Amino acid sequence: MTLQHMERPVGIGTHEGTERIGAGGLGMDFQRLTVRTTVRIISRYGVLVGFLALWQAAASSGWVNAAVLPPVDMIVAALWKGLAGGSLLGDIAISLQRAGLAFAAAVIIAIPLGLVMGQVRAVETALDPILQLFRQTSALALYPVFILLLGLGEASKVFVIFWATLFPLLLNTISGVKEVDPKLLEMARVYGARRLTVFRRVVLPGAVPSIFVGLRLGATTALLLLIASEMIGANKGIGFQVMNAQYNFQIPLMFAAIVILAALGLIANQVLVSLQRRLCRWNDPVS
Amino acid sequence: MSVTSINRGGEVTIRDLSKSFPIAGRELAVLRSLDLDIRSGECLVIVGASGSGKTTLLRILAGLEAADNGTVAIDGRKVEGVGAERAVIFQEPRLLPWLSVLGNVAFGLEVRGVPKPEAEERARFYIALVGLAEFADAWPRQLSGGMAQRVGIARALTVQPGILLLDEPLGALDAMTKISMQEELARIWSEENVTMVLVTHDLEEAIYLADRVLILPKEKGGAARLISIDLPRPRDRSESHFVRYREGLLREFGLH
Repeated sequence: MTLQHMERPVGIGTHEGTERIGAGGLGMDFQRLTVRTTVRIISRYGVLVGFLALWQAAASSGWVNAAVLPPVDMIVAALWKGLAGGSLLGDIAISLQRAGLAFAAAVIIAIPLGLVMGQVRAVETALDPILQLFRQTSALALYPVFILLLGLGEASKVFVIFWATLFPLLLNTISGVKEVDPKLLEMARVYGARRLTVFRRVVLPGAVPSIFVGLRLGATTALLLLIASEMIGANKGIGFQVMNAQYNFQIPLMFAAIVILAALGLIANQVLVSLQRRLCRWNDPVS
Repeated sequence: MSVTSINRGGEVTIRDLSKSFPIAGRELAVLRSLDLDIRSGECLVIVGASGSGKTTLLRILAGLEAADNGTVAIDGRKVEGVGAERAVIFQEPRLLPWLSVLGNVAFGLEVRGVPKPEAEERARFYIALVGLAEFADAWPRQLSGGMAQRVGIARALTVQPGILLLDEPLGALDAMTKISMQEELARIWSEENVTMVLVTHDLEEAIYLADRVLILPKEKGGAARLISIDLPRPRDRSESHFVRYREGLLREFGLH
């Protein structure tokens, strides 16, 4: 499986709680704590800040063509204008609606199907070849087909996102179910657990971490396909704005739309990570 | 509710039991028409070289594997599959990582339909019995190997089985933990009215715990042997009779 590279949240900044405050030197300890926190922030965000500073310097001093790479402050200004002025809000809403609908549909179909496929060998054997074929066929290559079938409206966009999101979710759910330790299944059997109980109390919780890998990968895929579909045939949406701003040479606006896309990806990932921490406290190195 | 043991042992009758496995195209017999009576409330320890079928015998008793031939009966009733009067302790603790210690120990009862509050109350009793009262809310990954195995033992005790089947339960533990766990098993066995069948490859463990030791033969045609360990409890490993039993067992394996 190629999904194991998904970054695990590491425990940066998790030990504040265990920091001991000595009776004698509260001020000293506080100072040391502040220093340590500062070091931690710098080591985590230093490179990012440096990158933005370099960009700003390069663009405002004319090392690079500011018309192509506008300085950071101009991008921020365009972003602010688009959000506060409301002109980008409609695009964000429609994009969220497309990706959200498709993602929800993929979750509703892929997770139950994956749970059944992982459990019932006959179903998996029957469906595996066609799933492999579909999975290896790029969703973007199929987009023209979907447009022919569903028209150039919302349906084909939502469907292509749904289609691409389905597979990481499905495959991770299946492998999560199949990788549940058979020794635990046998243990449950010894206590007389029936099939449904084994499923509910052993298979399902055991598959949750893998399902979350699928959810996070699915969210990334959904955003990727969202942009692609909006670039091809849309007149609204963040992906459309990126393309449109480029055509009209509104480069700061183009970058502002790209920043919004990056933010959407980060937020989606963060939401899933916190949900996973909630559900998998047993698996979490932080708790 | 005061939690008291209601388990009352169980008598195991094994007749003409055979089991073989296909290995490299040949049928390899691991059990050959074994007859054995396990008394109610006794501690029977099964030893034998690897491949002698001791784990297979235990798994048949547990109902996890079917014999090719012969019967196993508990209190006169033929065994088919797993049953509520038996509990198994495996070599690995086999804890569910998403349940706390309490949740794991109560698992067996909950699966059997005991309401959660009652299951947890009884679980707490047995968690205390294995000395883990403070760790009831810990996650399995936070436990040492010995502690995790104690949780597995508590889970088995909580369903109050008449017969406790243990498959090399201490095999994966370090020497010090192992000795203290042997003492614990001896104590639990004397406190709980339970028939204990334990598989081990540790002869000292066998003598320390067993009323009788069953030695399974490795070679074809060899006969299973039963040796009674007539030593007062608690047993002292350095005492001369203990040592003599040990030498006797070693001789059985041709090692002395």
